[in-house]
Amino acid sequence: MSIRSQSDAFDHQGPGEKAVGLTPRGAWNAFLMLLTREILRFGRIWVQTVLPPMIMTALYFVVFGHLIGPRIGEIDGVPYIQYLVPGLILMSVITQSYANSVSSFFGAKFARHVEELLVSPMPNWLIIVGYVAGGVARGLTVGAAVTIVALLFAELSVHSVLNLFGVALMTSILFALGGLINAVYATHFDHISIVPTFVLTPLTYLGGVFYSINMLSEFWQQASLYNPILYIINGFRYAMLGISDVPIWSTYAILAVGILIAYFYLLRLFNKGIGLRG
Amino acid sequence: MSNAVESNAVEIYELEKTYEGGTRALKGIELAIAEGDFFALLGPNGAGKSTTIGILCSLVNKTAGSVRVFGHDLDRDRAWVKAQIGVVPQEFNFNQFEPVEEVVINQGGFYGMTRKAAKKRAHELLKQLGLYDKREGMARALSGGMKRRLMIARALVHDPRMLILDEPTAGVDIELRRGMWDFLTQINKQGTTIILTTHYLEEAEALCRNIAIINEGRIVEHNSMRNLLAKLSQETFVLYAREPVESLPEMPVVGSRLIDDETIEVDLNRDQELTGVFDVLRGHGIVIERMKNKTSRLEELFLRLVQDDDAAINAEERS
Repeated sequence: MSIRSQSDAFDHQGPGEKAVGLTPRGAWNAFLMLLTREILRFGRIWVQTVLPPMIMTALYFVVFGHLIGPRIGEIDGVPYIQYLVPGLILMSVITQSYANSVSSFFGAKFARHVEELLVSPMPNWLIIVGYVAGGVARGLTVGAAVTIVALLFAELSVHSVLNLFGVALMTSILFALGGLINAVYATHFDHISIVPTFVLTPLTYLGGVFYSINMLSEFWQQASLYNPILYIINGFRYAMLGISDVPIWSTYAILAVGILIAYFYLLRLFNKGIGLRG
Repeated sequence: MSNAVESNAVEIYELEKTYEGGTRALKGIELAIAEGDFFALLGPNGAGKSTTIGILCSLVNKTAGSVRVFGHDLDRDRAWVKAQIGVVPQEFNFNQFEPVEEVVINQGGFYGMTRKAAKKRAHELLKQLGLYDKREGMARALSGGMKRRLMIARALVHDPRMLILDEPTAGVDIELRRGMWDFLTQINKQGTTIILTTHYLEEAEALCRNIAIINEGRIVEHNSMRNLLAKLSQETFVLYAREPVESLPEMPVVGSRLIDDETIEVDLNRDQELTGVFDVLRGHGIVIERMKNKTSRLEELFLRLVQDDDAAINAEERS
């Protein structure tokens, strides 16, 4: 008896009957395999993926926290070095979730091993979920590593555990989706660094990682409210310190709407085969 | 084309593909491949072979037409169809930075297998294909022939009903090629339908029972290998003499010539026998030490069909 006929991963419908490729159990196995591959991939190159954000964060704490921080004093009643912690952790989550999806998926396109997935019976939504889970895994792993670094420099406090994990998780999902969209459109290696360099980094730096928008002039306060990353960073800061420039519901609203738009847009790209199929 | 039957592995109707930019790669091809067949799809570069295979494997979107695989419509039951097919592409398309066994295990997972089951199957296949000792090394360290075999192992991990091979032996040395032929013949005997594209026409002749020749996006021949080869009316043999030959005697053949003082070429019709040639030569004191068929018979036929089709296209365009 063949493996095929014994397998419960396949649908065994005959000709003429509506048939699906994978059973729910098969789909779960496929998801686990893709997630494991992604985790092993960034784990194998931890010197490139996990270590640099830890060093970068340590430098931020040394320069901005220890050297410049005492001259700034407190923001919203919190010492500046402690005020920095949520923004720096979330900045790592954002950049690493994005970087994992964009580099892994574009690398797979470039080396053509994305075809391993495209010829398989995995539905498009499952491929997206698998890659996003990989991005989330790297984003949260690096977020945790950066938190450990932060412990060396500042006192950590948690105002709301639920919001802490909720915002971190949704942020990593959103930016992993964003990285995947970038990778689908990218045709050269240059294309995968354009968005992080010219869009993501400026929006993150101007999104309240290092300051409260209350310190800005009225015009720039209003302008900052058009930056979605401001809501995300402030939501995470609320979860850690209990202070925020925006209400927490607006953080979840931005994240939820962003995730839905990005997911369905990406699904459309996959279904049409844009950037993937000839 | 005959009506569809359930025993066909593949049925293609009026399949068209026009790429962005306007290139018409397929111009309404029709094809039926029986379940269990060892089928060759031949054609010159750019004829539409890889596009046809790409559509079958869901790597290329078709423009028009329909494809059925084991009775299931590709558009309606795409995931199911994908689960029936294993693909060995022309170019290496695995992650070169992964261990060899992981390449195969991952693919099993993408077809819904548990890691444990995929690993067991991967080890079986790697043993059969002579890669088991290399399983823990990085895929990039394999030789070209080993990489081809790795792609065959990967394509078979989920035990597909149909295996599609696009130029599987390109760049593989003769010994390894023969080994791969034996392996493919064996899995075909076990019931796996095999579709092969190749530039080595002797490969198609040795392995395949049925054949289609595609040119300029159209099927120009779709026949059994036996019927196709029977169309050949003439063959050329090269004979190597033991001693130098000064001139050739009259022989019962279509044509003969002296290539150099020890090499003779003779053209025979299908109803003419080589024994008559040997008798005449021996009568004139010419001893033949060895001989060979000058061209692959299939190659000759292939060229003729493609050239005839090109001529017909040119005539059509002129008119």
